[in-house]
Amino acid sequence: MNLLDWVVLLGTMVGIAAYGTWRTRHTDNLNTYLKGSKSTGWLTIGISVAATQASAITFLSIPGQGFESGMGFIQNYFGLPLALIIVCAVFLPIYRRLGVYTAYEYLGQRFDGKTRLLGASLFLLQRGVQSGVTIYAPAIILSTVLGWRLDLTIVFIGILVVAYTVTGGSAAVNLTQKWQMGVIFGGMVTAFVVLVTKLPDNALQIAGAMGKTEAVDFSFSPDRRYTFWSGLLGGLFLSLSYFGTDQSQVQRYIGGGSLREGRLGLMFNALLKIPMQFFILLLGVLLFVFYQFQPNTPVFFNRVEWERHASGANGASFRALEEKHTALHQLKQEKIKSWTTVRETADVAGEQRARAEMNAAQRSVEAVRKEAKDALKAADPRAKIKDSDYVFINFILTELPNGVIGLLIAVMFAAALGSKAGELNALGTTSTIDLWRHFRPLAAQDEHRNVRNAKWFTAIWGAFAIAFALFAGFSENLIEAINIIASIFYGVLLGIFVVAFFVKHVRGTAVFWGALAAQLLIFALRFLKDSFAVLDFSYLWYNVIGCAACVLFSILLQSVLGSGRSSATRTPAV
Amino acid sequence: MSTLPPPASEPPENDAPGVPGFRTWRGVYAFVFGAFVVLVILLTIFSRLTR
Repeated sequence: MNLLDWVVLLGTMVGIAAYGTWRTRHTDNLNTYLKGSKSTGWLTIGISVAATQASAITFLSIPGQGFESGMGFIQNYFGLPLALIIVCAVFLPIYRRLGVYTAYEYLGQRFDGKTRLLGASLFLLQRGVQSGVTIYAPAIILSTVLGWRLDLTIVFIGILVVAYTVTGGSAAVNLTQKWQMGVIFGGMVTAFVVLVTKLPDNALQIAGAMGKTEAVDFSFSPDRRYTFWSGLLGGLFLSLSYFGTDQSQVQRYIGGGSLREGRLGLMFNALLKIPMQFFILLLGVLLFVFYQFQPNTPVFFNRVEWERHASGANGASFRALEEKHTALHQLKQEKIKSWTTVRETADVAGEQRARAEMNAAQRSVEAVRKEAKDALKAADPRAKIKDSDYVFINFILTELPNGVIGLLIAVMFAAALGSKAGELNALGTTSTIDLWRHFRPLAAQDEHRNVRNAKWFTAIWGAFAIAFALFAGFSENLIEAINIIASIFYGVLLGIFVVAFFVKHVRGTAVFWGALAAQLLIFALRFLKDSFAVLDFSYLWYNVIGCAACVLFSILLQSVLGSGRSSATRTPAV
Repeated sequence: MSTLPPPASEPPENDAPGVPGFRTWRGVYAFVFGAFVVLVILLTIFSRLTR
């Protein structure tokens, strides 16, 4: 990075944060602080919903996912449009009609105080754990490749986001997310265009022949990680939980001028998300093609980690692996060229043979890459061996011109800040509304004190996230780690809301204990999966099982408790 | 000390989507669902064409 990159990076990031802080510095009305301006339109809501979901990991890991496994990951998003339609039709009108600040306030009105506390606690627990990951994930990657200190990168991201989120609350989050998404779209489109100019004409055909463009898999095979069915059903439940019951999303769309603005904002996301993820994954697939034709494609994309070992005591074995990789990579290039030549002819058998040879060469290269990872692990058991997260950032730093590098690093920061802000805003709001106001109902009548406390809670959660990111050790596969944590809690949380909305006769005590039992079941499934092969299924199914178990246990418990043992239903279900 | 208003439900809101070509929200949802189906079909075609 040179001076121009630094100007672009700091200019956009600090500029947007300072602008958001300054514009919303006088926010002292609780409604505006927690829900944003009453004049917020559907586009701002829609962008805010997208920015909260799209963290820096989206733009670092998903191209790596495309590079490594192809387009199949897109199926994970197939449940999202359907979930958003349900949220629009069922969840949102109820939240707005009741005028709640949080989704869990609704549980208090529908059931009782303890169920509201349970819902809020499940949210705070899972989102609190994730809050460290969403700062740590981009910080570890950016600090590694750019040579920055990890602790300073974490503190810089953390302080920047805490400053404007505490000052302006939801109003500042909405305002800054709009500009941050502008930077993200601008940067990603630029990277995509630059990449396309560096590719051969038949790039997509090469990717397809090497098995990277299989976007939809309709098979029912349980050993396939991503299929149409698991994406549709598991993704539906995950998205329904996330958009319908996670306060970081609910808070983005319950504000605004009217119900229409929230609904259109969500429908905007229902239309946008799959095409957006398609292009991010496609970027990864095209990066795969790009690196097929580079003479110096690394055997391991986290070059800092690799060089650390290659220049150490066992350096000779690492250099030998590099040489082996280079030789096999050159052989693969020849096989690809042979295939593209034969493909132009009408020789079907020849094309099949050349394709098989090309894929065999690719498997040989993959085998060396695995050897390299094993060698790293043997040299240092704590070594980070997942390098797909480094593919895109490697391309940015080595292939893009100065200025654009700064813009793309700004994309990562903008995504980190945008999602972190939505998260902190929700953690602060839930702590204030569902915990503090619940236990201090009289003090809660003072509006200024409410705003002051919301600011304090937001700052405390910010400090917690920074500390957690600084001191915790995280799983290497960060996007998966986030989804696993979410899936463990989301199913049960969704189950509580499904009972609230659709199972009219179930009351507070039954759903409270039913939800706890369902949560214990999910913990058991997770922790026993290594012991029993039958339990080793995709984590996306935890959403379905958790929700179904919660609903079932609640109904069974209610039938045991009868109609007179629990607190009365306070508002009718739909 | 400013006090909060008592918790009250919001008045019913105008339910028209206000989107040209759509008179009801059901129409909007049907359009979004249709767009999803088209996207899946396009993705399937993309997979087949580039195989």
